Amino acid sequence: MHSLPDHYGTLMALWTGVPALILLMSWHLLEGPVINHLLVAQLPAEIQAGDSAQIQLAISKVHNLATGSGLAADASLMPAVSHLAALNERTLLLNSGIALSLCLICFAATYRRIKPELRARTEMENIVNMLLLASSGIAVLTTLGILASVVIEAWMFFQKVSPLEFLFGTTWSPQVALRADQSGSSGSFGAVPLFAGTLLISSIAMIIAVPVGLMAAIYLSEYASENVRKYAKPALEVLAGIPTVVYGFFAALTVAPFIRVLGTDLGLEVSSESALAAGLVMGVMIIPFVSSLSDDVINAVPQSLRDGSYGLGATKNETIRQVVIPAALPGIVGAVMLAVSRAIGETMIVAMAAGLAANLTANPLDSVTTVTVQIVTLLVGDQEFDSPKTLAAFALGLVLFISTLVLNFVALKIVQKYREQYD
Amino acid sequence: MTNSKATNSKTSTEATTMTTTNLTTREKVELSLARRRAAETRFRLYGMVSVFFGMLCLVVLFTDIASKGTSVFKQTSLTTEITLDSGYLGINKDSSIEDIRFANFEGLIKRHFAKSVKPKGRKAKRELFKLISPGAAWQLQELVLANPTAIDSTVTIELLMDDDVDQWFKHDFGNDVVDNGRLSEQQLAWLMTWIEEGQLDSHFNTLFFTNGDSREPELAGIHGAIKGTLLTLMVTLILSFPIGVAAAIYLEEFAPRNRITEIVEININNLAAVPSIIFGLLGMAIFINIFGVARSTPLLGGLVLTLMTLPTIIISARAAIKAVPPSIREAAYGLGASKNQVVFHHVLPLAMPGMLTGTILGMAQALGETAPLLMIGMVAFVVDVPGFINDPSTVLPVQIFLWSDSPERAFLERTSGAILVLLSFLVVMNTTAVILRRRLERRW
Repeated sequence: MHSLPDHYGTLMALWTGVPALILLMSWHLLEGPVINHLLVAQLPAEIQAGDSAQIQLAISKVHNLATGSGLAADASLMPAVSHLAALNERTLLLNSGIALSLCLICFAATYRRIKPELRARTEMENIVNMLLLASSGIAVLTTLGILASVVIEAWMFFQKVSPLEFLFGTTWSPQVALRADQSGSSGSFGAVPLFAGTLLISSIAMIIAVPVGLMAAIYLSEYASENVRKYAKPALEVLAGIPTVVYGFFAALTVAPFIRVLGTDLGLEVSSESALAAGLVMGVMIIPFVSSLSDDVINAVPQSLRDGSYGLGATKNETIRQVVIPAALPGIVGAVMLAVSRAIGETMIVAMAAGLAANLTANPLDSVTTVTVQIVTLLVGDQEFDSPKTLAAFALGLVLFISTLVLNFVALKIVQKYREQYD
Repeated sequence: MTNSKATNSKTSTEATTMTTTNLTTREKVELSLARRRAAETRFRLYGMVSVFFGMLCLVVLFTDIASKGTSVFKQTSLTTEITLDSGYLGINKDSSIEDIRFANFEGLIKRHFAKSVKPKGRKAKRELFKLISPGAAWQLQELVLANPTAIDSTVTIELLMDDDVDQWFKHDFGNDVVDNGRLSEQQLAWLMTWIEEGQLDSHFNTLFFTNGDSREPELAGIHGAIKGTLLTLMVTLILSFPIGVAAAIYLEEFAPRNRITEIVEININNLAAVPSIIFGLLGMAIFINIFGVARSTPLLGGLVLTLMTLPTIIISARAAIKAVPPSIREAAYGLGASKNQVVFHHVLPLAMPGMLTGTILGMAQALGETAPLLMIGMVAFVVDVPGFINDPSTVLPVQIFLWSDSPERAFLERTSGAILVLLSFLVVMNTTAVILRRRLERRW
């Protein structure tokens, strides 16, 4: 016989469960939009005639009323509310009924096919392989999802605000008045202060992280004894495992006041949310990224290069500086680039320790804001749908995504190419 | 040509130095030795300082947070005897739960203290009542709910004190700072009397572990946040482990070596380095706006964190599969196993420890993640402890973020306390991963 009994069993189980599961999942994903679409027909005529934001608002009101959490009942929405209740009841019945009957039909169909001649193992393995393929597709779907969501919303933003103003404008004040006749009705969306702030904080972080991380990596891979290495390396890596919200708390409540007191003693004007505090703490967080990646590339430099240098009478220090580091340089550059992308995308430290004021300044003692901080402030809390303020966050997200993607892509290419070179 | 030129110029410069200093190469080397040795020592020192600096930061961070946070495990309360007067409360031992909930315990406590302390005037009364936490009435109510027969008897109870009293007693009183500006002279006098009579003392703070969030610092706890974290991580684990392992198996064992597979691989590597906040944007735009998943729920949080941790899990799972030697596969093929049997019966079990380690590390990353969860509404102020994955909830890191914004000194302590709890979770997870790796790792 070609297949074992458990192959037949697994095949039955897969055929019975998988189609129904897929149906249920897609049903749940599509249910919301379809129900909303059906509800629009039940809304009062004047809302239907309005724009998409009005309809959206009315729909969410209907949902709130149906779950009993709506504050005031609006008589004109009542037909939609009762329609929603009826729909919800019907879909629940319909969807469990269809799923159950699909289970039974698939079960019966497969049961009839179970015969000694059936190549159950091959068929089962094909289904399993399809599932494996689908799983690896999720990663690709995630990227596409990120791209789609960010690009579409950013596109909507650029319909309202010109990309040139966004990329090169120097005033950032996203407060949009609720009514058109109020003063200052259009916010200004010049993102240069945000880019500058991000760069300032990241540079401070890299000034700390690159020398310390690189020297630590050199010491641990070239000088330290086996015992020191065994404990020091994981201890340094603990720094990377600490949640960023903890660093943020530390930066905002310990480092920032400390720097402020120190600055005041020296007669300097220090903002309580200085870029320096956020940058310093971020630098400490990034040390292990630089050190462990550089450690890898330094270790990948073949021993023969070192031996050759020693043979010429060079000291260890000269060997490292003139042979090992130049040989490992591409890899180190890659590591630094990855660290930069980590610094640009870091959110919690800056959200807690850096300010919200969009100052265009290069003074590290001043308060600056970053791209990530603005995304968080624009999107946390209540948002109006379709307002330029909300959409601006997605435009910032697009800039962030593209810049980190380019950095990562190039860095990974360099590191990979470099590894192959000595393998 | 250029070569010979270079040599020529070199010899000529050497000749000039020779003539000016009249030294042999050997002597020059010997002269430079001291300088080179010093450079060597310096360089070595820089390295040591760097490693030391990293460690120092770690130590400073931990001691700073521990010194701020350990006092959260103590809570000041006033031991007092209070008569549960049925006449005043308007309830008896047969009253319904509803009636007990609406009984005026707050008034009873006020009456009790007005009688026992005898403050003079309305202002003094108000100051006196401010010393007691609003949670004290709730304590009495719980006591009566648990044991209705206690009505009309005199009970001894540790009444919660207000956060100002708590902070003063734990920090300032012990350090001989009698007046910290938050309490009036009259209030301090009462407190000193209570301390002398041995009524005011601090006890282990169980409320911190059993309560949800609250606007009153002395009542705010992390139970809700921990439950939310566990539910969120449960969703993340259930989704990301099978999907991650399946993807790794496909890419490592079944995928044809072609352009598409290469793109998928590059894509996964890049996804691992995308800033986490971008995943929050994805969650907002796709899960909330298109698929209509409810905001603020562990389900949504879990979905977002799944997408975020998947690359980490896939990468480590692939490394684990790669580490299984080809001889195992060949032996299985030799016995007539099919490709799937080789993978699922032999490769997968051997790669499992590595995969589990990677998954635990991915979960630890998800546990500490805050930024994407802010975007999907987990910052809401949630008092109730979530029951299941579709209840509004918050998670521990977000709770820390929320509390760190509160101006009260007592919340600073609670923030640090919550950080200590979060860090201890992380220590447990990482230690498990290390032990698992040590125990199950095989050297081929």
